[in-house]
Order: sequence, then structure tokens, then C-alpha cells
Amino acid sequence: MTATAFTDARLIDPGSGLDRMGVLVVRDGLIEAIADAAPEGAAIVDCGGAILAPGLVDMRVGLREPGEEHKESLAVLAAAASAGGVTTVMALPDTDPPLDEPALVEFVARRAASFGSVTVLPCAAATKGCAGRELAELGLLQEAGAVAFGDGRRAIAEARTMRLALSYARAFGAMIVQHPEEPSLAQGGAMTEGETATRLGLPGIPAAAEALMVARDIRLAALTGGHVHFAHVTTAEALELIRRAKTDGVRVTCDTAPPYFDLNETAVGEWRTYAKLSPPLRTEADRQAVVAALADGTIDAIASDHQPQDTDAKRLPFAQAEAGGSGLETLLAVTLGLVHTGRLGLVPALALLTSRPAALLGSPAGRLEAGAPADLVLFDLDRAWQVREEALVGAHNTPFDGRPVQGKVLGTWKAGRRVFG
Amino acid sequence: MAESGFGQKAGRRRHLLGIGGLDPGQIRAALDLAETYISLNRQGGPRDVLRGRTLVNLFFENSTRTRTSFELAGKRLGADIVNMSPSGSSVSKGETLIDTAMTLNAMHVDMLVVRHDQSGAAALLAQKLDAAVINAGDGTHEHPTQALLDAVTIRRHKGTLENLTVAICGDVLHSRVARSNILLLTTMGSRVRLIAPPTLIPSGVAAMGVEVFNDMAEGLKGADIVMMLRLQKERMGRSFVPSAREYFRFYGLDQAKLALAKPDALVMHPGPMNRGVEIDSAVADDLQRSVIQEQVEMGVAVRMAVLDLLTRDTRANA
Repeated sequence: MTATAFTDARLIDPGSGLDRMGVLVVRDGLIEAIADAAPEGAAIVDCGGAILAPGLVDMRVGLREPGEEHKESLAVLAAAASAGGVTTVMALPDTDPPLDEPALVEFVARRAASFGSVTVLPCAAATKGCAGRELAELGLLQEAGAVAFGDGRRAIAEARTMRLALSYARAFGAMIVQHPEEPSLAQGGAMTEGETATRLGLPGIPAAAEALMVARDIRLAALTGGHVHFAHVTTAEALELIRRAKTDGVRVTCDTAPPYFDLNETAVGEWRTYAKLSPPLRTEADRQAVVAALADGTIDAIASDHQPQDTDAKRLPFAQAEAGGSGLETLLAVTLGLVHTGRLGLVPALALLTSRPAALLGSPAGRLEAGAPADLVLFDLDRAWQVREEALVGAHNTPFDGRPVQGKVLGTWKAGRRVFG
Repeated sequence: MAESGFGQKAGRRRHLLGIGGLDPGQIRAALDLAETYISLNRQGGPRDVLRGRTLVNLFFENSTRTRTSFELAGKRLGADIVNMSPSGSSVSKGETLIDTAMTLNAMHVDMLVVRHDQSGAAALLAQKLDAAVINAGDGTHEHPTQALLDAVTIRRHKGTLENLTVAICGDVLHSRVARSNILLLTTMGSRVRLIAPPTLIPSGVAAMGVEVFNDMAEGLKGADIVMMLRLQKERMGRSFVPSAREYFRFYGLDQAKLALAKPDALVMHPGPMNRGVEIDSAVADDLQRSVIQEQVEMGVAVRMAVLDLLTRDTRANA
């Protein structure tokens, strides 16, 4: 097959720190070389000086197929990912039925692969039915393609179950992904407890519900030697616990999502249900703590926590509306906001979206080097645009509706084939 | 003109969704108009202000008292009244809200009085509705006409709403009445104290400009007004307080505790009362101190004023 040469590109490989103008040569779906000139006979893609980086690796994406295809089918998810420059996702198991059967894990990965634009790495259920009681067949699920285990948007609530999961998963070298929220404190809550919730008359969830679960699971990870990964960490207190546990050598990692470093609880306004998320948006002090933890390396990855909902699930009184925001298409631009405001360097920011989550998932993606898959995103760092829910390719329930952002995806390639732009 | 700006704008109309966002001038205008309706009512009422207008009372939660009060207010102004009490499971209630709004629009309703168990339900309806929406209680958010009628009652007895010390006692956590009263009284320049066990004080409420007391004796000292809140039976036992008798012992209003407030302190209650839980019958029925019956009378006048104010713009255009 002939080669494709991406010319006049600002090439960034976040893993190695490479950041230079040059030519990227792609052949047979793989990166062949980083060069100074296009090889003879190569097809040319003129990048016009824009940034060419590894396609984004998004380690937290909610699936609605099987079970709730009307909210977002896998086909729509794949298109939304491409529009957002995302080429690899870890999908959550809390579908209907949940991904607790090897056949279902295979089905999801294979069906997503059939679109040819995104790799779906399933996070399989840690417990049968994501119900938090009996362990799922972690070994068989891993053989079927699962890269991690968790119960999706539900916390593994019982300490004993969590202990077993962490301990047993060690045999397979797999991490347990926890939704860190103590359910008995969060039950019935609609937003973070405090003045804003009180004024709106909404039942609150104390920020301590997160720290409580994080503290417990750090101890269980230490006890078992297992690897716990905390999804979408949002509070100063929990981040401080994780920071200390890492220093102590406990096998703990974590991610956060753009709403938690870009928005605070005031985004709820007057019962805006698109800003109803799980965990809920936090105070400004917590938001700043998340930014600081991104900068100092405590947080290992930025994931979109893409959670599609439809109008029927959102156009309800706030407490009755479903939680969750769509995020694939705003992941890059909102993260680049941290770069534009000087809180994060461009290369470290991209590492949080590519090489670092790829390493956690054991994926060969997320690198711009010879031999890596030619999964690429081309973007204009400075181009401004406005997030509009109706313009999204995927589910429309974005908490960023109306937000002006800077940084636009110009093109996305999966295994060398252009899938967006 | 102050009246034309009464309430909150949402969608195409102005509504009364809460006390939040009203300024002292708007509140005073509503109270002044209510005063004129009090005297008119005692002479038989005006009867023609809302002639040919349709008012729908849409109560997703049961309430004989508030619904009847709005019904009387509408009738005294000459409106046509329809009472709707949608039934069905509480889970599915919310799903029909937008449909309900569309149906009411098709019926050309002028005013909608709504009570719902979800905070923000009135605001959600107001976004979609051509009618003026009056929030008659939404979840634990607000109950603005209750705060207005409390304010009229206080003003008639104390001559002012400024510099009073008002103690609001009881289940503040679940109380929309408390939230509306906190907003109104602090906006008008009075001091508000909340008295309750810590489990019934909402988080962050001090930021609304109130003082919080867990000791009733401490909180009642020097109060001009003692406003009691209803404690619902389901809040006792397993959840927020251990038992009714323990609650009454420490947070129920009896003559001994009332003696700590100012000698001329008024006792108020939004009703319905749980005698022997949050209030002793001897206090509730003491005509020297309790203005609980008067609150009911003021309720009708205040609701007449609100209906009048919210329909002035459309009546002027008619």
C-alpha cells in the first residue's frame, strides 16, 4: 500500500515529549516514521501548521447499546468520538443487559469495530449484573477483551465485595474502577450539598461521600495489593488522600472529567438538568483543587465521562431528571482551556488525554511513534467556537451548552483512514 | 410602574415563582394591594377584576387549605375556576408536566396555580406556558404566597417589616415556607433566626443571612415573631429526629418556652398544625398571642393581590 505523508504538521508525541514541526509517514494503518520530508509517491495530507497528535484515548464512556439505543447507539457514539478526535474509548459495563458475560463483551467490541472509526475497550462488570454482590467472571471476561472491571455508574458499595474484587483481579493483573461515592450518603441527592442546593430546595450530596469511599478503598488496595482506579474524582479531600496514597506506594490511580475542572455547582443555575451529573458539580474550591491535581500529576487521565441522555430523561424537575452529560465532542476543547489559561502545558495536557490513559488500559494507542497505530487527531489549537447542543453529532445533553471554547478538531484518522473532517 | 414588573419573567409571561428575585418595592406593592383587598373583602369583594379570565388550580400534592384559598381569591375577583388534581404514581408525575403545559396552552388558560412535590416544577411549567404561573409550593424550594401572607399579618400587628427579630422553628430542611420567609424577611430588613436540631438545618443556610440556633431557649430570646413549622410524621423515627415526644420536649412551642420571647411576640404557623408535636394547643389557641387564624384570612387577600398584579399587563392589552 502507498504511504500517506502528513506534511507541515506540528507533531506532538505526549509520551516522549516530542513537539516539533515535521512530516508523519503512515503505511498500512501504522505510523512508519517521523521525517522531515514526504517519501516519494506518498499521498499528501497538508496539515497547514496545525497540531497532529495521537487520537484521544477516553477512558470513561457510557454505552447505551445494548438496551437504550434511543439515547445513543454505538454507531452514533462512533461518529461523536470521531468528531471529538477520540479514537479509543473504554466503555462502561452498565448497559442493559450489563457487560457481565464474555459474549456481551465480545459483541460490544466487535460491533464498535465494524464502524472502523473507534476502538472500544470494554470495562466489564466487576460484579454480576453490576449489582455489587457476587463477583463476575473476571478471568473469562478478560479473555473476551475486558481491559478493566467496575460497576459503571454504581459504586461497589460493600467493603467485603470491594476487597474480594481487588484481591481476585490481581491474579489477572487488572484494575478495579470505582465510582467513588458512598451510596448511603448520596442516596436521593441531586446536587452537591450546600448553599446552592439549599436555595434551590434540592436534596444534597455531601462532598464527603467521595472522600469516604476513596479513603476506604485506598485501605483495601493496601490490604489486598490490588489496583484501584477512581473514576471522575472531584473533591480536594479525595485528591489529597490519593496524593498521599501514591506517595505511600499504594496501587491507586484516578481520572477526572472536564466538567469538574471547568464548571462548578453554579452551572446548575435554575434547575438546568444538563448540569445534573454524577458525581455532582462541586464548589469553586473543589474545582480549583482538581486543576491543581491535574498540574501536579496526582490525576492520571482526563476522561470525558460521556453519559448520553435524551430529552425525556432530562426535561423533568431536576431531582427526577437523569444524571450525566455528553462529553466526547467537548473533551479536547475544554481540556485545552487549561492550556490557554496557563494552568497546564500543552504536552502534559495531551498526555492526560492520550499516552497516560493508554498506559492504564494497556493499549498500544496514544503514541506518535513508529510502529504505533495510525490513530491521529489534527487540531487547530487556537480556533474559537461555541458549544451548541443542537450542533453535536452525539447525544445533546452537554453541560457546556453555550460555552465559548478554543481548539478545534480539523480531522481524525483511525488506522490511517480519515474518519472525520 | 412597579406593579407591571411584579414577579419573574419566564417564557412569554411574568409569574410568581418565588420570593427570590423580588425587590422590596415589589413586595411592598403586593402587600399594599392585599391590604385594600382585606377591606374590600369585608364589604363583599370587587367581583369583576378577573371577569372572563380562567384560573386553573393544578395540585399534584393534596392541600385543602391553599387550594381553597386560591379558589376563593379567584372567585372574589370574578374569575372562572377549574380545580385539577392529577393522580397517578409519584414517579410518573414529572413526566407529564410538559404535556400538561401544552394541554393548558391549548385551553387558553390565563392563570395557573400549581403545587408539586418537586423543586423547580413551577419554573419548568412557566417556561412552556402562556399563562401566568403562581407557585403554590414546589418541593422544598418556595411557597411565595405563604411568605407574603405572613408578611401582611406581621405588618398589621407590628406596623413594619424592618428590624424585627423573627424566629423560624422546626423542620427548616424540608420547608419551602421557611425558604420563602427567609428571603422575604431578610429582603425587607428583618433578622431571621432558625431554630432546629442540626439534622433539620439545611447545609449552607447561614449564607442566606440567617442565624442558626440549636437551643430553642437561646433562639427565642427577644424574638418579636415566633414562626412554627410543621414536622411531618415521616421525618421522625428512623430519619431526622428520634421521636415526637423528644421533639416536643426540645423544639415544641409551649407557654414556658414562649415566655422567653418578647412579651408581645406573635405566634404563627402555616398550618396544618401537629398539636403536641411542634406546638402546644394552649399556645396555638391563645388569642392574645396566636395569629394563626388571621393568617388564613390574609391568605385570601394576598392571593387576590397576586392574581391581580400578574394579569394587569394582559388585561391592559385586552
